[in-house]
Amino acid sequence: MDGKVRVQATINGQPVEFLCEPRQSLLECLRDILDLTGTKEGCSDGNCGACSVLLNGRLVNSCLVLGVEIDGGEVTTVEGLAGPDGLHPLQQAFIDHAALQCGYCTPGMLLAAKALLDRDPDPSEERIRQWLAGNLCRCTGYDRIVRAVQDAARRMRRDADVHAEG
Amino acid sequence: MSTPRDERKPVTDEPVSLRVIGTRPPLYGAVDKVLGRAVFGADVSLPELLHGKVLRSPHAHARILSVDTRRAEGYPGVHAVVTARDLPEGAGEQSERDNTLAGDKVLYVGHPIAAIAAESPHIAEEALALIDVQYEVLPPVLDVRRAMQADAPLLHETLRTWSLAGQAASSSNVAEHLQHVKGDPERGFAEADVIVERSFTTTMVHQGYIEPHASTALWHPDGSLTVWTCTQGAFPVREHLSSLLDLPMARIRVVPTEIGGGFGGKASSYVDVVAALLARKAGRPVKVVMGRDEVLKATGPTPGTFIRVRMGARRDGRIVAAEAELCYEAGAYPGSSVGSGADTIFACYDIPNARVDGYDVVVNKPKTSSYRAPGATPAVFAVEQVVDELAERLCIDSLDFRLLNCAREGTRRVSGQPYPRVGFVEVLQAAKAHPHYSEPLGGPNRGRGIAFGYWGNWAGQSCCTISVNADGTVSLLTGSVDVSGALTGIAMQAAEELGLELRQVQARVADTASIGYTDVSAGSRTTFGTGLAAIEAARDVIAQMRARAARLWGVPVETVSYDRVAFTTSVDPTQRLSFRELAAQLSATGGPVMGRGNLDGDVLRRGGAPGLHIADVELDPETGKVTVLRYTAVQDVGRAVHPGNVEGQIKGGVAQGIGWALYEGCFYGEDGQLLNATLLDNKLPTAMDIPAVEPVIVEVPDPVHPYGVRGAGETPIVPVAGAIANALYRITGRRMERLPMTPAYVLERMGVI
Repeated sequence: MDGKVRVQATINGQPVEFLCEPRQSLLECLRDILDLTGTKEGCSDGNCGACSVLLNGRLVNSCLVLGVEIDGGEVTTVEGLAGPDGLHPLQQAFIDHAALQCGYCTPGMLLAAKALLDRDPDPSEERIRQWLAGNLCRCTGYDRIVRAVQDAARRMRRDADVHAEG
Repeated sequence: MSTPRDERKPVTDEPVSLRVIGTRPPLYGAVDKVLGRAVFGADVSLPELLHGKVLRSPHAHARILSVDTRRAEGYPGVHAVVTARDLPEGAGEQSERDNTLAGDKVLYVGHPIAAIAAESPHIAEEALALIDVQYEVLPPVLDVRRAMQADAPLLHETLRTWSLAGQAASSSNVAEHLQHVKGDPERGFAEADVIVERSFTTTMVHQGYIEPHASTALWHPDGSLTVWTCTQGAFPVREHLSSLLDLPMARIRVVPTEIGGGFGGKASSYVDVVAALLARKAGRPVKVVMGRDEVLKATGPTPGTFIRVRMGARRDGRIVAAEAELCYEAGAYPGSSVGSGADTIFACYDIPNARVDGYDVVVNKPKTSSYRAPGATPAVFAVEQVVDELAERLCIDSLDFRLLNCAREGTRRVSGQPYPRVGFVEVLQAAKAHPHYSEPLGGPNRGRGIAFGYWGNWAGQSCCTISVNADGTVSLLTGSVDVSGALTGIAMQAAEELGLELRQVQARVADTASIGYTDVSAGSRTTFGTGLAAIEAARDVIAQMRARAARLWGVPVETVSYDRVAFTTSVDPTQRLSFRELAAQLSATGGPVMGRGNLDGDVLRRGGAPGLHIADVELDPETGKVTVLRYTAVQDVGRAVHPGNVEGQIKGGVAQGIGWALYEGCFYGEDGQLLNATLLDNKLPTAMDIPAVEPVIVEVPDPVHPYGVRGAGETPIVPVAGAIANALYRITGRRMERLPMTPAYVLERMGVI
């Protein structure tokens, strides 16, 4: 595997260019080449969701995407959630509701929740549970994660209303 | 799913006025974790880092005839290859050596044989295929009862059973036969009006932490070693490295990273020695990260078991006799959790006559490791169904029957120790008063079951230091790894003692070069035991600061007191200094103040935490699928230092218990291959599977702790499978004698298939 491929993409809003082997997953490229270690490996076969990121707005397991596939695309990882004004409402809600214990599944869980709220700003509890069913958490029993997502959704709708009115 | 009501006011024994304990501050490290900045095991990176991969046995039982690594050594990009031959001769226990890198035999599929360090994990993996191992394949033995038979294949030719009678003369797969006897079981059964006997089998289950094991080793030019690893205990890892590498402990620094779940499985060391051997041979740092299949095949499951329980009760509702036989799979090497299973099985009850026999049995599966209340869940699954059946036969309400027979202060356990003050009765009463126990089920094919469980506390040994800074803040160091918020709970106890706000206390986990020996974060001991060390350190700080105030004021130290607001002296009521004011004067009055707590908790009288669980389940009679609709977990936690954290432990423990009850398990083929080595097939509960569990905190203070704290993290898993089984009995009329209670098994018990 001598031949490395040049990949250009936008990651967390920044233009990025890197070389990777064709066999390297997006997860490996993020962690080992770009030093974005916030995205976690739990299984590398798409069953735990710890490596969830957004690729062109779609929720993907980055272990199941090759690095070369993101050429020309846009990727959002946990490092891209907080803005200049501070934490993303989901991040704040996860802290406020103690929706994390060990914190290993948290980056993937946050991205999965963001993908849901981007599509549906007011999801039912059932829909949140279905949407997060691809992300395993072994510490919390999920209840507080669900409540944090509900609360973040409320905060984001309220902020959107303020913007709309303003 | 029911509405969560976990913000309920705790049930307390007495009014208290605590300022920090009992509040719900955000946990240390939470912001780093939501930002993706927390450094976990695999996130460690160093200049010139190489990547290690491990060659594992494809056979469950085989003799290794030869290992030829020459082709792998010549592969481009490979820097080092190690086998058992690279371990210093004679260093460490044979079983620890052999489970790190196999010597003469492999004893399970996934048993490590060799390891390679290369420029990338891919190159290391490719080179593994070039190692040539010749095997003489032997028949495996996979089931605990089969392994106990005299004609079973032997894993260890030299293993002979230890029992009260000494060591047996001939070889066997039974490493130990332990026994507890209380009273006269035969006479007890003769007195009984009703006797129930049943046998149960349970399957090995994996802890299922989401973060795979990862370890990075760096040798320094002076021959010392630094290892970064995700572990529940940096000091036990250091001891393990010291023993197997034949290196003085002081020359090893183990730095514990953040830990992505452990639940007992990261109390064992798997790849630390391998990373160190590779790094030494390669002359460069090496990181070894396990894949999920390696985690499932070669690390920590909890034992599969066979348990027989027989209990007898009189017509008046008193249990008069009990006996149990517990056979636990240790995996490839001795050391299952049968000891704590035997200790826990009758722990909730006051039984005058009882006998418990436990057997620790080796089988051709990975060496088992602790899993949240190790050994207790299968035992309680068994005993709680028998207790339920006795209550039914005697026409006594199931909870009342437990109230009639539960252990109390002074009750002597079957395993010997009398109980100190423990809230068995209070927990049962709180459960009985809870609306969940009496509210209607609300539909057909639904059932409600209860189960009672217990887990004892182990304080262990812990160190903690507290340094006072000139601005009145303090820096706290502990050797305890921060499992799910324990560090915050430890710091809260120090803050309470020091009269500080939590934000004035910055707590951190120290590496093994920076603090004294501290046991693993396990056994429900961390908030309890290391909390005691933090209190001791805080009291040491206050004692030193009282002396400084005495010096400043020119008064005898005995006259100076600190009421957690200010230092004052009885000699001169005009003198008064706050903690912060006095902290600013330390430099000029004798130098820095550092408090020390080094706890030997092994000498403390052991308390524990009982829990009564109520489960409502619904059964689909066509498919056998079981859904948990509502779940309430009542538990004595002594004093909830951080109630939010305690509730988190209860919710998480119940979730693991539901998985164990209904579908989790490591399933092996007859040849010893693990058939479900992915998280697709080894199903863990998802957000769709777990209802909003309602924790009910009962607080009966533990007399050995100044604030009454009990360890709380493990009890929540113990009663779950038993409660669900008892709920299923109400629907099916059948006792569940196997874990997991899969749809196929439930239908089989109902006679449908």
